[in-house]
Amino acid sequence: MERVELEGRGDLREWREAARRLLLAGVPPHRVDWSTEPAAPGLFPEEPRPAAAPTAERSAPPTVPARFMEMAEAVICHRDPARFALLYRLLVRLQTERELLAVAPDPDVAAACQLEKAVRRDCHKMTAFVRFHEIGPQEISPRRRFIAWFEPDHHIVVRIAPFFARRFADMDWLILTPKGTAAFCDGTLHTSTEPAEKPALEDPTDALWLTYYASIFNPARLKIEAMRAEMPKKYWKNLPEAALIPELIAGAGGRVAAMAEASDQPAPLFHERLQARQAAPEPGPEVPATLDTLRKQAAGCTRCPLHCQATQTVFGEGPERAPLMVVGEQPGDREDLAGRPFVGPAGQLFDENLQAAGIERARTYVTNAVKHFKNEPRGKRRIHRTPNAGEIRQCRWWLGRELDLVRPKVVVAMGASALFALTDEKPRLADLRGQVLPLGTDRHLLVTVHPAYLLRLPDAGRQAEETRRFRQDLTLAHDWLKKNDE
Amino acid sequence: MTRRSLKERLAILSDAAKYDASCASSGTSRRDSTRGGLGSTEGSGICHAYAPDGRCISLLKILLTNFCIFDCAYCINRSSSNVERARFTPEEVVWLTLEFYRRNYIEGLFLSSGIVRSSDHTMEQMVRVARELRLTHRFNGYIHLKTIPDAASALIAEAGLYADRLSINVELPTDAGVAALAPEKRPAGIRRAMADVRLSIEEAGEPTLRTRTRRRFAPAGQSTQMIIGADNASDATILGSSARLYGSYGLKRVYYSAFSPIPDASSRLPPVKPPLMREHRLYQADWLYRFYGFAIGEVTAQRPDGMLDLDLDPKLAWALAHRDRFPVDVNRAAREMLLRVPGFGVRTVDALLIARRQKRLRLDDLARLRVPLRKARPFIVMEGWTPRRLADRADLRALFLPEPQQLVLL
Repeated sequence: MERVELEGRGDLREWREAARRLLLAGVPPHRVDWSTEPAAPGLFPEEPRPAAAPTAERSAPPTVPARFMEMAEAVICHRDPARFALLYRLLVRLQTERELLAVAPDPDVAAACQLEKAVRRDCHKMTAFVRFHEIGPQEISPRRRFIAWFEPDHHIVVRIAPFFARRFADMDWLILTPKGTAAFCDGTLHTSTEPAEKPALEDPTDALWLTYYASIFNPARLKIEAMRAEMPKKYWKNLPEAALIPELIAGAGGRVAAMAEASDQPAPLFHERLQARQAAPEPGPEVPATLDTLRKQAAGCTRCPLHCQATQTVFGEGPERAPLMVVGEQPGDREDLAGRPFVGPAGQLFDENLQAAGIERARTYVTNAVKHFKNEPRGKRRIHRTPNAGEIRQCRWWLGRELDLVRPKVVVAMGASALFALTDEKPRLADLRGQVLPLGTDRHLLVTVHPAYLLRLPDAGRQAEETRRFRQDLTLAHDWLKKNDE
Repeated sequence: MTRRSLKERLAILSDAAKYDASCASSGTSRRDSTRGGLGSTEGSGICHAYAPDGRCISLLKILLTNFCIFDCAYCINRSSSNVERARFTPEEVVWLTLEFYRRNYIEGLFLSSGIVRSSDHTMEQMVRVARELRLTHRFNGYIHLKTIPDAASALIAEAGLYADRLSINVELPTDAGVAALAPEKRPAGIRRAMADVRLSIEEAGEPTLRTRTRRRFAPAGQSTQMIIGADNASDATILGSSARLYGSYGLKRVYYSAFSPIPDASSRLPPVKPPLMREHRLYQADWLYRFYGFAIGEVTAQRPDGMLDLDLDPKLAWALAHRDRFPVDVNRAAREMLLRVPGFGVRTVDALLIARRQKRLRLDDLARLRVPLRKARPFIVMEGWTPRRLADRADLRALFLPEPQQLVLL
């Protein structure tokens, strides 16, 4: 049996040196007795330490995956006396089973993961439950000084101290624990694994913290087990606020009963004044005379249920009088968020082709058949859904007012929904496409596809061809206007 | 009237803030104060204390003032309530945050406010607190600001520079619910605010032309809260609204807050015990939607009234209703199906997928991964284990139901 004595206060180096020597000497795990106690003298004659095997000296130094070192750094902090042997067993097995750490349910790996998790949790709880208490400043330094006492389960002070140094960098502080201390002074961190004594702790600010703790507690939803799962009782003695827990629990029932008793008292005076002020009616114009008032009215539109699932009404955009009006189907995701028509991917494609056809967007009135985005959530996205005939008919009221006010000579209907909104008919789009048709008595209609259709075409050749035709349609509208405007 | 002490006002204004469930302090950019200032944020949040209501205390959660011109029936601070009123100055909030932070009581500040004078005035005061903390005191801890409905977009833009998280509460799952209980709030305005924040976050995430560094705008994203049980919306309606909010505005979280009795409650609401189990089930269903590949419709289809089963967790309830999809072979099934096994979490599934490349997995392997076997066993096949008769038992559901509880006298 090979006996190895370690300090065992969370320092990986001492274990690593010993483990390396044993591994090179080819000592199997069951032949090592790891201990943090000095051996009782004289009971057994000391075995001579075996010299490293000559074969091992010549072989390459042992290697381990980086994940093992990360795990070992944590596991070594655990107070379980079996941790050294467990790590050595893993080290030896890793020499032949290189993928061992991928087998999470392996008994040794699972055990090491449990220890690692316990150490991480202990570290986390220390970052949570350390309470600093202010002590008066020193005369030579303007830095404020704080002191804390904490009782960790494991040897974690050295491991976690840098966290406090990164966080509380502009003050001097000292954390004392039975398993070591961390001191931060003028920007330098000193740690030690020597046990410390509990200091006297007093801080008047604790009274404010206790007030906060008592007030943020909701007596109507007592869940004591949930509290104790995350803040086990062993921490309570060092948490100033924990002293309040028994009385908060005891008083909860009474407070809830009192709330039920005291409901529905007459409202305070200022409430009446506020209500009177808010009740003042807002005069609204019945028949909108300008696009601006129309837009304002449309913002509150609830003619169909689509307004509940969209962000906002996306109204048309463009000059008060425009010779050309373009009607799309409905706003998409980007349009819904921004509140403006044709700003998403299809809008960009539309803009490009409008420009290529020689049309200025600033002189064109652009709008949609339906003013709210109809969609369906799918994970982190929203999927477009085609509006139905009922929704288009409801929204046609707004399109009609837009036509009345803008008075375009030519209206371009992009896609079937726009065509239906303008004509109340559902002919084949291909039959009407590419010709200027009369629309009512004093305006004309040109039918084409929606730019979103072009984006959806999977075949690049088809897409180029259809885009060319789309541009041709827009050019036709433009040419017609030039010819008939004179 | 004599002015109340800081301590008295702290009691009033934290009592007034406790009905907001949000407490997260995680997921923001990594910062520390090694180059000056105070505070750090390192990815995971820290809960510094737990109250006997089981909720964590991570942030100093307070209102700037609990005066409010709105009269929302469910709210302790509504204008018709006789609750004591108080206000902090921005300087007092800054002082409290820093002194609490130095003593390691908190991760940072969660500041909200009743609406006084106007939305803009209120938001301006809140932004001032955040600006002071960040610029004057070089505070690197976590800041969560509530955005006030209809505040000017310039104020929201400035808030996003200083805050880690912005949030605005939709309050109730449906527009009709808001109209009935919070008549002054406008759901459309709330949605527009969330859309603006999403656009700002995305814009800040794009590298600018001149520098590769990204601008900072609410790096921990935005969240919202719904009150559960104040109106009669079903769980299916609630979760449908959540799905819509996640999909529309890229929210990090939708919080569910069981409506709980408040002092001087309005007679428009029943003085009931808060539906805590319902709240818990909604969170579980929300997780299934976001991390386990379930559609909302799948989770809520088990009962005709669209409510979740209070006795069984929603994944188990789904599995019991879809026995034909089981048992699942743990050594061969795809990730999507393993995620549907009751008792298997995302981490378990990922560990199993890696481990099964090295060896055939057995039931005791699961035990060592701390999987609740009683729950998982009827739904899986492994080396040396088939559920046989267990999977076909007609009373399988009964095996999972909680022990019947004796009725207590009132």
